[in-house]
Formats: sequence, C-alpha cells, structure tokens
Amino acid sequence: MNVPTMAEMTAQGIQPDVLFWVGCAGSFDDRAKKITKAFVKILNKANVQFAVLGTEEGCTGDPAKRAGNEFLFQMHAMTNIEVLNAYEVKKIVTACPHCFNTLKNEYPELGGKYEVLHHTEFLKSLLDEGKITIEGGKFKGKRITFHDPCYLGRANDVYEAPRLLIEKLEAELVEMKRCKTNGLCCGAGGAQMFKDAEKGNKEINVERTEEALETKPNIIATGCPFCNTMITDGIKAKDQESNVEVMDIAELIANAEDL
Amino acid sequence: MNYIDNIAFAILLIIGIGFFVKNSKKIVRNIKLGKNIDRSDLPKERFNNMLKIALGQSKMVKRPIAGILHIIVYAGFIIINIEVLEIIIDGLFGTHRVFSVLGGFYSFLIGTFEILAFLVLASVIIFWIRRMVLQIPRFWNKEMKGWPKNDALNILYFEMVLMSLFLLMNATDNHFQNLNVGNPISQYIANLFQESSFTTVNIIERTAWWLHIVGILIFLNYLYYSKHLHILLAFPNTYFANLKPKGQFTNLKAVTNEVKMMMDPSADPYAAPDENAAPPEKFGASDVTDLNWVQLMNAYTCTECGRCTAACPANITGKELSPRAIMMKTRDRLEEVGKNIDKNGKFMDDGKQLLNDYITAEEIWACTSCNACVEECPVNIDPLSIIIDLRRYLVMEQSAAPTELNSMMTNIENNGAPWQYNQMDRLNWKDE
Repeated sequence: MNVPTMAEMTAQGIQPDVLFWVGCAGSFDDRAKKITKAFVKILNKANVQFAVLGTEEGCTGDPAKRAGNEFLFQMHAMTNIEVLNAYEVKKIVTACPHCFNTLKNEYPELGGKYEVLHHTEFLKSLLDEGKITIEGGKFKGKRITFHDPCYLGRANDVYEAPRLLIEKLEAELVEMKRCKTNGLCCGAGGAQMFKDAEKGNKEINVERTEEALETKPNIIATGCPFCNTMITDGIKAKDQESNVEVMDIAELIANAEDL
Repeated sequence: MNYIDNIAFAILLIIGIGFFVKNSKKIVRNIKLGKNIDRSDLPKERFNNMLKIALGQSKMVKRPIAGILHIIVYAGFIIINIEVLEIIIDGLFGTHRVFSVLGGFYSFLIGTFEILAFLVLASVIIFWIRRMVLQIPRFWNKEMKGWPKNDALNILYFEMVLMSLFLLMNATDNHFQNLNVGNPISQYIANLFQESSFTTVNIIERTAWWLHIVGILIFLNYLYYSKHLHILLAFPNTYFANLKPKGQFTNLKAVTNEVKMMMDPSADPYAAPDENAAPPEKFGASDVTDLNWVQLMNAYTCTECGRCTAACPANITGKELSPRAIMMKTRDRLEEVGKNIDKNGKFMDDGKQLLNDYITAEEIWACTSCNACVEECPVNIDPLSIIIDLRRYLVMEQSAAPTELNSMMTNIENNGAPWQYNQMDRLNWKDE
C-alpha cells in the first residue's frame, strides 16, 4: 500500500497537498485500521498527493482535554504543532471527528493554524472536483442509516457531507428518530471510551444501537472510529451481527468500488 | 379625602418596585462574583442571536406543543403589559381607563388583550395538565422534588389568577360593558353578574382591579426566588452565549504559560520563582467563584424545563448526571454564597463548595461531552462548560480522575496514544 510519510516526501523535496492525520484509533485499533486503509485506497485511486506523519504523529490530546487534563493536552498539542509547522502543513484531513475537532478548533490558539477537514468533507470535495466517482455498486438499494458522531455534528455542524455520500451510493438513507442536531451520542465521547460507565440502568451504546435497529437497516454507517466500536458492541449485545453491518463512510465508498 | 387611594397606590408601587430593584442588585452582584470572560466581540451577531432566540423563541418550537403554548403565554405576557401601564396611570392619578380617549383603537387594544388573556389562561391550564396529569417525565426527575415542583406550580397559579382577575375586572366594569366594544371575552363573564346589584358589581370590579396590580407586583418580586427569572435573563443570556463551535473547549492560559516554560530548552530549571509573580492560578473550578460570570448567569437563567436532561445520553440511561441539576445546584450554591456575603459583609468560609457538597464526582464523570444539553437549551445555557471546569479541578488540582482514565492519560504521556502501543508501531497498519 502506497503510504508516503511527510519525512519521505520532504526528503524528495515534495510538499504534499494534504496531510492525512491517521489518529491513534486509526493507527492501532484493529477495526479502525480497516477504515484507515479504505480511506488510503480512495486517496490513491483519486491520485491525491498526500502524506502521513507516521511515527512522528502523536495523540492530539483530545481524550486528555475532555477528561480535564489540560496540561497533558497542551503538551501534546504543542509537540504536534511543532512537527506540523516544521513540515509547513497547510491542510489536514482525518477520519476521526475527535482529532478533527481538536486540530480544527483548539490548535489555532496554541499556534497551529491549518485547514482541517473531516474525511467525509474531503471525499465530498473529491467528488465535486470529479476526482472520484461514486456509483451504487453493491450498496445499491441497501437500507443505510447514519449515526451522527457528536464531534462532527453538533460540535462542528457537519451533517450533510456524510449523507450526500450515502445517497451517491444509490442506497436508501433512513434516518433514526434522533438524528442530526438531535443525534444521540454513542457513549464514547468525553473520554468515556476509556472507562466503564457510571452506575445506571443501561449502556448508552445499547440505547443508540436499538434506535438504529428500529430503522431496520442493512448497514449502520458512521464517520468515527469510536462510534464504530460502540455501535459494533451494541450490535453484538443485540445479537444482530449476522444481519447488520457497521461501516465507516470511507469503507462504503471503497467497497462499493471494490478497491 | 379622595387621594387616599392614589397615595396607597403610589406607596404600593414604590415598595413593589423598590424591593425588586434591591434584589436585582443582589443578583447582579452574585453574577459578578464569577471570573471575567470577554464576550464583547461580534456585537451584531450577538444581538441577532438575542432577537432570534430570546425574543423570537426560535429554539422553543423544537418541541412544537410546548413551544407554541409558550409563545402564546409569552406574547400575552408582553402585550398585556400595555394594560398595566394604564392601570398605573389610573392608580396614580385617579383616572379611569385613561387610554379610552383613543376611542376605537382602545377597544381594539382591550379586545386583543382579552383574547390573549383567554389564550394565556387556556395555555397555562394545558401546562398544568401536562405537568400534573400527563406527568411528562422531564418534569418529574428527582431534582424536581420539593421547591422546584412547587415553584413551577406557583408560577402557573399566579398566571391563572392574574389572567382571571383581568377578565373579571373588565366583566364587572359597567361603563366598559355598556360600550360593548372590546369585550369579546368579558361580555360572557358579565352575563353572570346580571342579577347582581350595581354596588356589588362595582365592588367586585374595584377588588379585581386592586388584586390584579398587587398580584403583578408580588409576581415581580417572586421572580427573585424563582426559576421564572428567565423572562428577564433570557435576553442577556442569549446575547452573551458562546459563539464558537460547540466542540471547542477553552484553552487554559495559565496552563499554556507553564507548558511553554516546560518545553523551552533554554529555561533554567533551577531558577528561583519571580518574587513579584502572582500566586499560580487555581486550575479548574471547585466552587462557584471559580466559574465565569456567564456560567453564573446561566444558572440564574435556567427555568428548569429539563429539555437538556431529556436529551442527555447519561440521564436517559439512568446515570446520576442531569445537566439541569448541574445548573440548579450551581444556582443554589451561588445563592448560598450571596447570603453569606449579605450576612458577613464578605464571604466567610463555610466549609462548603460546589464540588462534592452540591455536584458529585459521579455526576460529572458520567458526561460524554456530546453537547446535546447545550444544543437543546432554548436560551443557550452551557452546562457542559461547568462539568469540564469541575473535571479540570479534580484532575489537575486533586489528581482524582477515575483509575481507568489515569491509565489512559499515562499511556498518552508515555506512548503518545491512549492505549499501550509503541509510538514506533504507528505506521505498521500499512503493511498488515
């Protein structure tokens, strides 16, 4: 798989058009790595000149900040900013809404000013520019519901790009009762991913998965590796693994084309 | 001796408004106990938000039934206040229906007020039914027991009584009924008094008139003790609300300075601290005075409608956290601090604080920071910012994060990822 690093590109004197910020989940989590690879396949197919930081990338600090550890967050943010600025990065795309939000909104004040796009926005721009074409392929006519990641939707008002991409697959986009601004969290945000939930009478991911299942979908689509994990767990808890798939938008597009 | 009425009225008015002004000053003082935050930017955008969200009630109609009923009550409240102006002039100068010189237009006005008063009465009764008969869950969460429940009911009863008195006052005004214009509602009530003597009707009219204005003054002063303050504070609250993307949390300046020093290779690690330097700032918030004034104004503005809590994923799944309770507890503590200052001249340590004594760690750790509460609030209150400030205190001042979060943070610190993976393995996925 062709995945150039910034270090390699710089050594060749090339300034890539966009930096793909892979994120910790995208780099290490087995499920999320598939999303990363699907996105890279699309980038390569569209001949996008991109690069990753590879071993020079570190956590954006998002979970530390949401947990209240501003020290740890800012230390990591400033380290990352030094690296990004050294490579004169102008444009960043990431498949993780948490990295997206942090890079886009919280880095500028610390000296890191970039154009930051979520991968669904970036894919939409590739589509608009005619660099990729999306055709139904194997998802034609399938019922797909989209779970809005909080840090993409409410936090940054991106609701339409992922939906537009699903529609391009000629799939039937079905909305959950709570969607867009009313979307229900998957339960992972605010550093909850890394701890057990407080005492209650239900897990949030199960509540959300039940809502998704009410739409009788073939596929539950998300745009966040953490939402993906939570909903996948929810599907397992509801014994629906054989009926419903949980997929990232990037995977839908890559798979539709059999990339 | 005809002036007794007018003097009594003037005294009543002065006392009523005087107390209100006195208590309003306390609220302003309490809000100013908060830390400074600059919200003077983008005045045009802020003003437009206030017009749209507070005056235009744009977020209320997200729940259409409650939203439309609320708009009726709200419009009625504002428009019927023109009538209060007439009552005040009549009361002070001994005139009777002074605006009636406007002729046909006056009839039109009063007619409109009557219809509005009737609609308000009907809406308030529906509100009462929603609360007490249908028992809509968000009105019955556990933080709504006791005073909050009674407060809500008091407000509804107040409005029922005030609107009824207004209609009764018109119905028993013989002169007004004889004109028989501008009385679309009260003419039916007037029929009930056809058998009564002129004097009786006159006494009822005077009593209703006096009770109406006394009721309004009592209601005005009730605001200070009530969640109903939102009728005033919704305006500044929407004006000064956060305009940045909801996902953007503040970067603590005090931390930035420290981190920059840590990362500066030329910094002398053994340098003695500057003697003139101010003592280091407290990180995060453990009490209301650590919050900023917008957060404190938020607490006074909250009208406990519970839309936030009804949308909160933690609350929906039975966790202890309720964003509404976060706001209510912040106000309770702020009022306690205010009373402490009233009593002692300045704040004397009472051995209590917002964190633990009011809001527990269990509540704030249940938050997913999903912003559903912020999105829902019809007047742009931000409970999430308070939760995060409390977390910051727990983590940075007390090192009191849940164990699993401590492991996550240790991993970030050592491996640059929240899990225990080696930084050098970050690109392994490309060859897998």
